[in-house]
Amino acid sequence: MKALGLMVVIVVGALLLYAVGDFPAWGDPQSPASQHEISRHFITQAIPETAVPNMVTAVLADYRGYDTMFETVVIFTAGLAIIGILGMARLTDRESLKPMAETKPGDRDMIVINTCRLVIPIMQLFALYVVAHGHHSPGGGFQGGVILGASFILWAIARDLPTALQGIKPRRIVFLAALGVVIYAGTGALSLALDAKLLDYSALHGFLPPAPADGVPNEIMARSHGMLVVEIGVAFTVSAIMFGIYTYLSSMGRLKGGL
Amino acid sequence: MIWQFDLLVLVLLVVTAVISLQVKDLLSASMVFGVFSFLICLLWAGMGAVDVAFTEAAVGAGVGAVFLIATVFNTTRDSSD
Repeated sequence: MKALGLMVVIVVGALLLYAVGDFPAWGDPQSPASQHEISRHFITQAIPETAVPNMVTAVLADYRGYDTMFETVVIFTAGLAIIGILGMARLTDRESLKPMAETKPGDRDMIVINTCRLVIPIMQLFALYVVAHGHHSPGGGFQGGVILGASFILWAIARDLPTALQGIKPRRIVFLAALGVVIYAGTGALSLALDAKLLDYSALHGFLPPAPADGVPNEIMARSHGMLVVEIGVAFTVSAIMFGIYTYLSSMGRLKGGL
Repeated sequence: MIWQFDLLVLVLLVVTAVISLQVKDLLSASMVFGVFSFLICLLWAGMGAVDVAFTEAAVGAGVGAVFLIATVFNTTRDSSD
């Protein structure tokens, strides 16, 4: 059986390697993907149309915003599924779980805790920078949200789960995650209410203060600011779900003890 | 891209992939898997896909490895081999 499995893997691997030969070379301007009219549009028109220097974010949050909205919903659903399944396991088979070592305040290393006290504010500040600067430099809601969630996880590792959960109650984790999806979908619905297409942020230009006469028109700046708003929504969902997944995974749904 | 650097990273990528599958200790396997993610992140960064590299570093190597290790801590060691 093992030999058969190895043979299948080798044959499929050889086929895949053979298919790689038909790929265009890396960064080839003559490749079909680069020649298509739509990639030329993104490359030349992203800054005039949206005033966003980071082309990746412009495609992700504006041109392809519908896709990213449901990506956020996917993360939200995945987190809910983990929280739901592990929360249920806690209620049904309590006896079969491995007993947990009780942690006392003195068990935790003071050096680790105080290092985390120093590092966590810097991490969170960096996370907020990554979210807020996502349309000007690499980054955005997903990356910033993960870093923000990781800072809570670090605190939960350094102390224990009850200490980390004092700030955010488990119920509030789900609320914050849902709030992120509502911010994203709400921005889209708002443009729909203003007689534009779903997630067409240029319809929201009325909310901005008057643009300077020689500056970028408000219709274009609204797309840039709309991207920032949906990135903040993504960051809410991702950071809450990352912390939620960690708390439920590390304690098998019991939400107590440390790692 | 520098081809010597790429070759080194690709070789290390294959080595870490095989190690993380072959090693018996689950904790070591999770950590080697984190190394694997970081090597992919280096490749993305080398190809100029900085957004993808950033996500790989944050999700794959950072939080993903932590999730795996948190889960390993809840397993018991009762395998016979």
